[in-house]
Amino acid sequence: MSLAEPPAAPGPSPSASPGGDGSSDDAPPRPPFAQDWRRIARMGAIGAIGQIFISLSNMPVKLDGRAIIEGVLSLGYLSLVVLPLASGSRVGHQIRREGVPHHRPGAHEIIGGAACGALVGGGLSLLAVLIANFDLREPLVNWSPILADLLGFNRGTAFAVIIWLAIGAAVGAAGGLLRVVPPLARRVLWTMVLTLFGAAVLESLTTDLAEGMGIEGLIEWFYAPRGGLTITGAIALAAGSGVLAFVARGRIKGAKSRIDALEGPARNRANLGLILATAAVLVILPMFAGKLTNELLANVGLFVLLALGLNIVVGLAGILDLGYVAFFAVGSYSAAVLTAATSPKIHPELPWFVALIGVVLLTGLVGLFIGAPVIRMRGDYLAIVTLGFGEIIRLLFLSDWLSGWFGGSQGITNIPGAEIFGLATVAGTDPRSVFYLVLAFCAIAIYVSWRLERSRIGRAWMAVREDETVAEAMGINTVNVKLLAFVVGAVLGSFSGAIFSAKVGSVFPASFLILVSIVILVVVIFGGMGNIVGVVAGSAVLIGVLGGPKQPGLLAEFSEFKLLIYGALLVWMMLARPEGLIPSVRRTRELHQEEMAQDAWLRGQTEDDNGGRDATASTAATSGSTVEAARLAGESA
Amino acid sequence: MSAPAQAASGTQASGPAQQPILETRGLGVDFGGLKALDGLDLAVYPGEIVSVIGPNGAGKTTLFNAITATVAASEGDILFEGESLIGLDPNRVTSRGIARTFQNVRLFANMTVLENVMVSQHCRTRQSVFGALLYTKAFRNEEAEITERGKEVLSFFGSRLTGYRFDQPAYTLSYANRRRLEIARAMATQPKLILLDEPVAGMNPTESAELTGLIGRLRDEWGFAIVVIEHDMEVVREVSDRVVVLDHGVKIAEGDYADVSVDPQVIEAYLGHGATA
Ligand SMILES: Nc1ncnc2c1ncn2[C@@H]1O[C@H](COP(=O)(O)OP(=O)(O)O)[C@@H](O)[C@H]1O
Ligand SMILES: [Mg+2]
Repeated sequence: MSLAEPPAAPGPSPSASPGGDGSSDDAPPRPPFAQDWRRIARMGAIGAIGQIFISLSNMPVKLDGRAIIEGVLSLGYLSLVVLPLASGSRVGHQIRREGVPHHRPGAHEIIGGAACGALVGGGLSLLAVLIANFDLREPLVNWSPILADLLGFNRGTAFAVIIWLAIGAAVGAAGGLLRVVPPLARRVLWTMVLTLFGAAVLESLTTDLAEGMGIEGLIEWFYAPRGGLTITGAIALAAGSGVLAFVARGRIKGAKSRIDALEGPARNRANLGLILATAAVLVILPMFAGKLTNELLANVGLFVLLALGLNIVVGLAGILDLGYVAFFAVGSYSAAVLTAATSPKIHPELPWFVALIGVVLLTGLVGLFIGAPVIRMRGDYLAIVTLGFGEIIRLLFLSDWLSGWFGGSQGITNIPGAEIFGLATVAGTDPRSVFYLVLAFCAIAIYVSWRLERSRIGRAWMAVREDETVAEAMGINTVNVKLLAFVVGAVLGSFSGAIFSAKVGSVFPASFLILVSIVILVVVIFGGMGNIVGVVAGSAVLIGVLGGPKQPGLLAEFSEFKLLIYGALLVWMMLARPEGLIPSVRRTRELHQEEMAQDAWLRGQTEDDNGGRDATASTAATSGSTVEAARLAGESA
Repeated sequence: MSAPAQAASGTQASGPAQQPILETRGLGVDFGGLKALDGLDLAVYPGEIVSVIGPNGAGKTTLFNAITATVAASEGDILFEGESLIGLDPNRVTSRGIARTFQNVRLFANMTVLENVMVSQHCRTRQSVFGALLYTKAFRNEEAEITERGKEVLSFFGSRLTGYRFDQPAYTLSYANRRRLEIARAMATQPKLILLDEPVAGMNPTESAELTGLIGRLRDEWGFAIVVIEHDMEVVREVSDRVVVLDHGVKIAEGDYADVSVDPQVIEAYLGHGATA
C-alpha cells in the first residue's frame, strides 16, 4: 500500500492479546528445583549488597530504638528484612505475555524465593564476619559498633552468620509464597501487615488523638509504654484487619465502581458527599489533637500546598521545574518584608491578608521574569536552567548587596502572625490555627487545579505536556500557555511561603535550599503527577511519615536517612511505576486489550496485503494504470 | 497559472479568475545543503482536493511542514488567502485556517478522545483563567460549545469515536482510529484548508476505501480545501481533482490523475527510484 515506506508501526502496544493471555490455572507448575539459578544469584547478590549498604549506613542501629511490636520487631530489624522479602517475591515474578510460556506458581516459587532470600540475608552474614575480623571503621565511618551486637543478637559472629542465612531464607520463602497464595489471601495478608505497620507508625498521632478524646485506656492496651504495639494489641489488630479485609473483599471495589457508574446529579451528590466528609474529618481532627500533632499537620499542609502548585507546572504542563523553591522563598520573603516591623528598609507593616495581595503580585512577577527566558527551552536544558534560577533567588536573598532589604544571612525575624480579619491571629505558637489556614489555602489550590484542568487552559497545558510541537501546530501558543502555568504554580507556591513566614516568625535563606525543590518534586512524582488526589495523598503520606527537608515526620528516627529514602523512592518509582501511585489517567484494561486485539488483527491484514502484492501488480497492469504498475514494480525491486 | 485554473471546476461553480486559497511561490527548504524543496510553485483553490505524490524523500512532508511553519522556508513565499505566512509561528498559521495531520500519527496520547478534539479548538476560543475559576456563564457556554463541536467532528466517523470512546485515553485506540482521530482533531480547529499526510497508511483495504469516501465528504459537506499526500494510487484516483508529483523537491508533473499517471517523467521517477533502491 505504500511505496517503499513501510506502514508506521501500529502504536506502542506490546504484543499482548486477550486470546493468548490464558488463565494461570491450566498452565502446569514447574518442578521445584528447575530454577533459573543465574537470575537468583544475580538478584541475591544485588540484594546482599543492598543489605550491607543499609547496615553500614547505620540505619538499623538508629532505627532499632523504634519498636514496631514490643519485643518482637523493631524498625531497625524491619529495615533488614524488607530486601529479602522483596527479592524473594520478585524472583518468582513471571512476565505474562502472549507467546511467552508461563507456569502455575507453586513450590518452585517458594524454593526460589528462599534461595534468593538466603543469599540476600547472607550479605549480613558476610558483613558480620567482616566486622569481626577487620577494622572496617577506618574507611567506613558511619556505622556504629553496636551493629555487630545487633546482627548477632548478642550471641556472637557464628550465630549471626547462621541466623541471617536462616532469616533470609524464611523471609524469602514468604515472599515466594505471596506468589502462590490466591489473590484474596494475598490481599488479606497485605492488609494485616500494612495495618500493623501503619498502627506502629501512627503511634504518636493516635495516642495524641486518643488523649484528646479521653480514651487513653484503649491506647494503653494497644501500645506498650516504651513504644511499639503490645503483642496482644498486635494480634488483635492483625486479626481484626484480616477479618475486615476478608469481609470487605470486592465490596470496596464494587462501591467504587458503583460511584463511578453514577452520572449527572447523582454523581455530583456522591462527590460532594465525599468532599464534605473529608473536609469534616480534617476540620474536626485537629480539635482533639495536641500541639505536636497539629504542628505536624501544619507542616504537611504547607508541603501539600507546594505540591499542588508544582503539580500544575510539572504534572499538567509538563515543565520540569527544579527550582520551584524560588517561589516558596519569594512568597515567604515578600510576606515577611510587607508585614514585619523588623524588615530593614521597608516599613509598610501591612496586615497579613493585605500583604498577601502584594505577595501574589510580586511572585507572579518573579514567575514571569524567570519563566520568560526559561520557557523557550525544552527538556533537560529547561530543568537545568530552573535549577540555576532556584539557587540564584536564594543567593540574592543571602547577598550583602540586598541585605538592606532581606537581612542577608540574618534573615528577617519577628514576623507577626497572620491576622484573620480581626478574628484570630495565626502564628507558630498555635499550630492548630496554622493548620486551619493552610487547609483553607489547600482547598483554594485544589479548586484552582480542578477548575483549570477542566478548562481550555488546562487542556492546552496537557497538550503541551504530551507533544509540544503538535500542540503548537494545533493552534496553541505554547509560550504563553507555559508561562501561564509557571505563574499559576508560582502564585500557589507563594501562598505556602506566606503562611510559612507567619508560622515560623522568621525567614532565612537557609530555609530555601535546593533540597526543598527536590523533596516537593519527589512527593509529586510519588503520588502521581497530574492527579490532584494522588498529589495530595502522596505528599501527605510522605511528608507526614518521613518529614520535610527540615521538618520531622512521624518516623523521626528516619531524619538522618530521609534523603537516602527519598532518593531510593524516586529511583524505584521511575523504574517501576513512573505514572505514580495513583495515575492521572485510569487505564481500563479490558478496553485496552480490545484495541490491542484490533491492532494485532490490523497487522495481520497488512501482512496479507504484502503477500498478495504480485496479484495486485498484475491487475494493475491490465487496468492500464502505468503509475500503479510502475509503483508496484519499484516496490518489489 | 494555467493548469490549476480549470481544476476547481469539477465540483464547484467557480470563476476561472478565482483566487487560490493557498499558493507557494518558488518555495525552497534547505536542510544544511540538502534541498528538500526547490522552487516549488503550487496553488490550491477553494473547494479543491489536490493530491501530492512522489517517491520517498521527495519532500512531500517537508512541504506540509513549511506551510505550517514547522520548518522555516529558506526561499520563496507562501500565501494563504493572499497573505504571506512567512515568519508566522505555527499556532498563528493554524488560527489563520490551516490544519494538518501527521504522517506518523501524533495524538495527545494520554488525553481522552474528546479532549483531543476539544484542545484543538484553543485558538477559536477566548475564556481566561478567571472565567474558569469564577465559572462564569460565558465560560460554561464556551465549554458547552467546545464539547458540542468536538462531538460533532467525532461523529463524522460514525460510531467509531463516539459513545464510551469519548472518555477513553487516545492511546487505547486502534491504529485506524488513531488516524481518524487525527483528522477529527484537525477538523476541530475550524480550518479552511486541511493537509492530510498519508491518511490511509497502515489501514486495510476496507478501511482505506471508507476513508477515501470521507475525504470527499470533508470537501463536499464541510467545505474544506484539501491537500493530501498519499501513496495509495487507488485513493489518489478516487479523491483528487488534481495531482501534483514531486521528486527531489521539484515538481515534475501536475494535472488530473489520468494525465499524470501516463506522464513519462513520472514513470521514470518511480521506476528510477525502484531500480536504484
Ligand atoms: N528536519 C529535517 N532535517 C534534515 N533533513 C530532513 C528533515 N526533514 C526531512 N528531511 C529530509 O528531506 C527530504 C524530504 O523528506 P520528506 O519531506 O519527509 O519526504 P517525503 O516525501 O517522503 O514525505 C528527505 O531526504 C529527508 O531526509
Ligand atoms: Mg512523508
